[in-house]
Amino acid sequence: MVEVTLWGSLGAIAGGKSKVEIEAKDIRELFRKLAEQYPGFEPYIDRGIAVAIDGTIYRDTWSKELPQGAEIFLLPRLAGG
Amino acid sequence: MNFDPRYSGRNFTSVGTRPIRPDGVDKVTGRARYGADFNMAGQLVGRVLRSPHAHATIRKIDTSKAEKLNGVKAVITAADLPDLTDGDAAMYDILDNCMARKKALYDGHAVAAVAAVDARTARQALKLIEVDYEVLPHVTDVDEAMKHTAPLLNDAIFTEGLEEKPVRPSNVTKRTQFGHGDVHEGFGQADYVVERSFKTEQTHQGYIEPHACVASVSADGTADLWVCTQGHFVYRQHCAQLLGMEASKLRVTSSEIGGGFGGKTHVWAEPVALALSRKAGRPVKLVMTRDEVFRASGPTSATSIDVRIGARKDGTITAAEATLRYSCGPYAGMWAEIGAMTAFACYRLENVRTVGYEVLVSRPKTAAYRAPSAPMAAFAVESAVDELAKEIGMDPVEFRIKNAAQEGTRSSYGPVYGPIGIGPTLEAAKNHPHMKAPLGKNQGRGMACGFWFNFGGQTCTDLNIGMDGSVSLAVGTVDVGGSRASLSLVAAEELGIAYEQVKAVVADTSSLGYNDMTDGSRGTFSSSMATISAARNAIKILRERAAQMWDIPLDDVVWEKGHAIAKGEKYGNLAALSLREIAAASGKTGGPIAGHSELVADGAGVSFATHVCDIEVDPETGATRVLRYTVVQDAGKAVHPTYVEGQYQGGAAQGIGWALNEEYIYGKDGRLQNPGFLDYRIPVCSDLPMIDTQILEIPNPNHPYGVRGVGETSIVPPLAAIANAVSNAAGVRMTHIPMSPPRILAAIEAERGG
Amino acid sequence: MAGVAVLTTINGDNVEYLCQPDETLLDVLRDRLGLTGAKEGCGTGDCGACSIILDDRLVCSCLVLGAEAEGRRVETIEGMAHGDRLHPLQQKFLEHAALQCGVCTPGFLIAAKDLLAKNPDPTEEEIRFGLAGNLCRCTGYDKIVRAVQDAASVMKGA
Ligand code: FES
Ligand code: FES
Repeated sequence: MVEVTLWGSLGAIAGGKSKVEIEAKDIRELFRKLAEQYPGFEPYIDRGIAVAIDGTIYRDTWSKELPQGAEIFLLPRLAGG
Repeated sequence: MNFDPRYSGRNFTSVGTRPIRPDGVDKVTGRARYGADFNMAGQLVGRVLRSPHAHATIRKIDTSKAEKLNGVKAVITAADLPDLTDGDAAMYDILDNCMARKKALYDGHAVAAVAAVDARTARQALKLIEVDYEVLPHVTDVDEAMKHTAPLLNDAIFTEGLEEKPVRPSNVTKRTQFGHGDVHEGFGQADYVVERSFKTEQTHQGYIEPHACVASVSADGTADLWVCTQGHFVYRQHCAQLLGMEASKLRVTSSEIGGGFGGKTHVWAEPVALALSRKAGRPVKLVMTRDEVFRASGPTSATSIDVRIGARKDGTITAAEATLRYSCGPYAGMWAEIGAMTAFACYRLENVRTVGYEVLVSRPKTAAYRAPSAPMAAFAVESAVDELAKEIGMDPVEFRIKNAAQEGTRSSYGPVYGPIGIGPTLEAAKNHPHMKAPLGKNQGRGMACGFWFNFGGQTCTDLNIGMDGSVSLAVGTVDVGGSRASLSLVAAEELGIAYEQVKAVVADTSSLGYNDMTDGSRGTFSSSMATISAARNAIKILRERAAQMWDIPLDDVVWEKGHAIAKGEKYGNLAALSLREIAAASGKTGGPIAGHSELVADGAGVSFATHVCDIEVDPETGATRVLRYTVVQDAGKAVHPTYVEGQYQGGAAQGIGWALNEEYIYGKDGRLQNPGFLDYRIPVCSDLPMIDTQILEIPNPNHPYGVRGVGETSIVPPLAAIANAVSNAAGVRMTHIPMSPPRILAAIEAERGG
Repeated sequence: MAGVAVLTTINGDNVEYLCQPDETLLDVLRDRLGLTGAKEGCGTGDCGACSIILDDRLVCSCLVLGAEAEGRRVETIEGMAHGDRLHPLQQKFLEHAALQCGVCTPGFLIAAKDLLAKNPDPTEEEIRFGLAGNLCRCTGYDKIVRAVQDAASVMKGA
């Protein structure tokens, strides 16, 4: 079980929650379970969500493991210049 | 592949030196080929017809007369670019922006295009195309567009991210929110509260090279595209998808690029050129004019931002809040969202909340511009921070130092920071001689901080070792500011050879695996990581070959300073084998030696900067002069310090232009009134002083050499730093960017009158 | 429209070409003669990327007609180096990294050459005003000014 913190807008879709608990070992499983439990997330996942694990931002790495007790934070995927 | 990206402290031999770049000589002799410098046999000239209206329904387009003109080989409209986006809303917007489908959504929106034997014929043909428009009401101002009474640009848009689903369509596509703590409670603890509203006008990236490409589609469906772009692999994907081609059949070669700054991350003319070439059966060259560049490509958002910050008497910020409204042009974007994430990123805050609104307006589609969205948010926040420091009676540097984020701080956008450089840049600025230099009459000093995320992303690199021991490095990230030099340094460093022995090139899309754009300051960060990884893979092979040449076990061979060394007393008499020697024997030891790397570079370190500047304001005219400018920024590790300085200086100069001069001016008719460098004035040499730089190196723990991105952060602080300096010089708070002479004069006069 | 036959000198070579009466010298150089070193940044005389020297005068080639080159001397960036020996300005631009994207560089080099021909020992301010007709969006001009200063001192010594 990992605790995942949602950014403001995603929290609104999760019924006002800012954190959710998910049983997931890596980023891929996290996205799959999030989409199952919160169908409203799907467009966001399609558009791209970045995952910050203990402050390091991962954009595209499904296999990245989610260590127990790590701080996991979801962020919108960004564009740069 | 087990590549360990973690930082390991080491002494560098090549990295950190300042050699001449490999593409340099071609660029000083005029030999380097940019977008418009390439030609193909039998090539036609492509030109685009653009809407003169800010908002209009396209009832009918009659191209028959143009088609009959002698020398015209193809005329296309949206009908020639059918919608193949399959419900992908973002791609549909790109398609619609390349060629308007039902409505023209801004002055300059493409509605048709021609390919003809020469430019004159093409221009004549455009005049013969008849477009029947029904002009609709438009709105160009971001605040106006948010009103219920504003003309609707897209009646299928209902604001996303609201608690209750809206019943009426709106120009606001999305609301986003970030933050933590309880701002209400935080403001309750404050002894001082500053609340201000700010506006910034729309600016253009202003790259000197207009968009240019040459497209050639063959009858068998394969195609070549030569183009100036920040990301040829992404262009390939987008063009292939929009034209219904297989990506592998479209080979995209990136030319030398004459500046991009985010503006060349989006396709505009390329799908049009391909569609023209497909229809005409001949290569088509399409080069935008400067007028088209301004009207139809780029720009950044115009914004309107409210900020509220509270602090205790001792200078501790207790709460911070901002509402940010960013214009997106006619298509949904995430510009306010980025602004909302970055606004307070420099500070350690218990209670913070930011809300962003994405707003549609009748202007060209907003494109990324160097640390997109961050400069405007920093302008608003850093101006308010200065005000608050003043109210408390604290020095603005001390106030910022007291509240600066540190390792372990929860950032305003969510995650907790690792080791970061905001504190050190502030300390360095505080101790800089610039801070103590005397100021004269009508002169003011200002400072501000800035933050940018920096990106990583998908990256692929090939490192091939020739039989003569020279190394060619093929990278897929476009070189926008000297990255071929930096990456050659990295390869030389890792292999232990001389910089001159390495030659880096940017490979085309058929020669290398996929690479993300060079955006988000990722070029050097990601490709250096992939280069290190490729070099390490090559070293493994070099060791194997040496072991073979010596006929000893691989484990007994180590790689040091460009040589294989047999480790252990028993090999005492074996002379080290150089890379050259191993390469020369490669034909007999197993063939060519190469190292490849495909990876997702994650963990790009966030970077911070602090800028200080002195401005003189003429109280009679409102004219300004930049007297002195200093940039302090964390680079993680400066691979080629001269180019890092160049990035700092270039970003600062763009920020100075934005702060003082540059803006899109729209008439009541919704037409852009200044689509040229004469009226959209970017800083020239005589407008600027030397720009001092100080590079700090706080290693990024997620890169072997500690590299962070450096390209973007430098444009974040200038708007605010200059606004603070002008405000101090003029004795009145400036809240509207650009601070052009009339705006400054009006502010001074209002202050005198009031 | 009938073409105009033009006989001119480009970088010391006699050159003949046919161009349209309304065609700019920049287009002639780039599209007819394959001299793509001069760039078109604006086409309206505002950016200096197309700078060339016409009979010892610095001009924007986008504002000159191809036909006007008749009987005159044109100098472009392609003629600046002598064989494989770079002009001191070119060398100093490289050493100081006075270019990032480099698209403005040919124009700056030509303008700087013209500036130093008229004023071999310019102050920083004279350099800044002398080069104010050339736009660079990448560098902030700092390294360009330093490269010109350095080249000036090298050229004086030579
Ligand atoms: S192209 Fe001639 S001045 Fe810009
Ligand atoms: S180096 Fe890019 S415009 Fe000057």
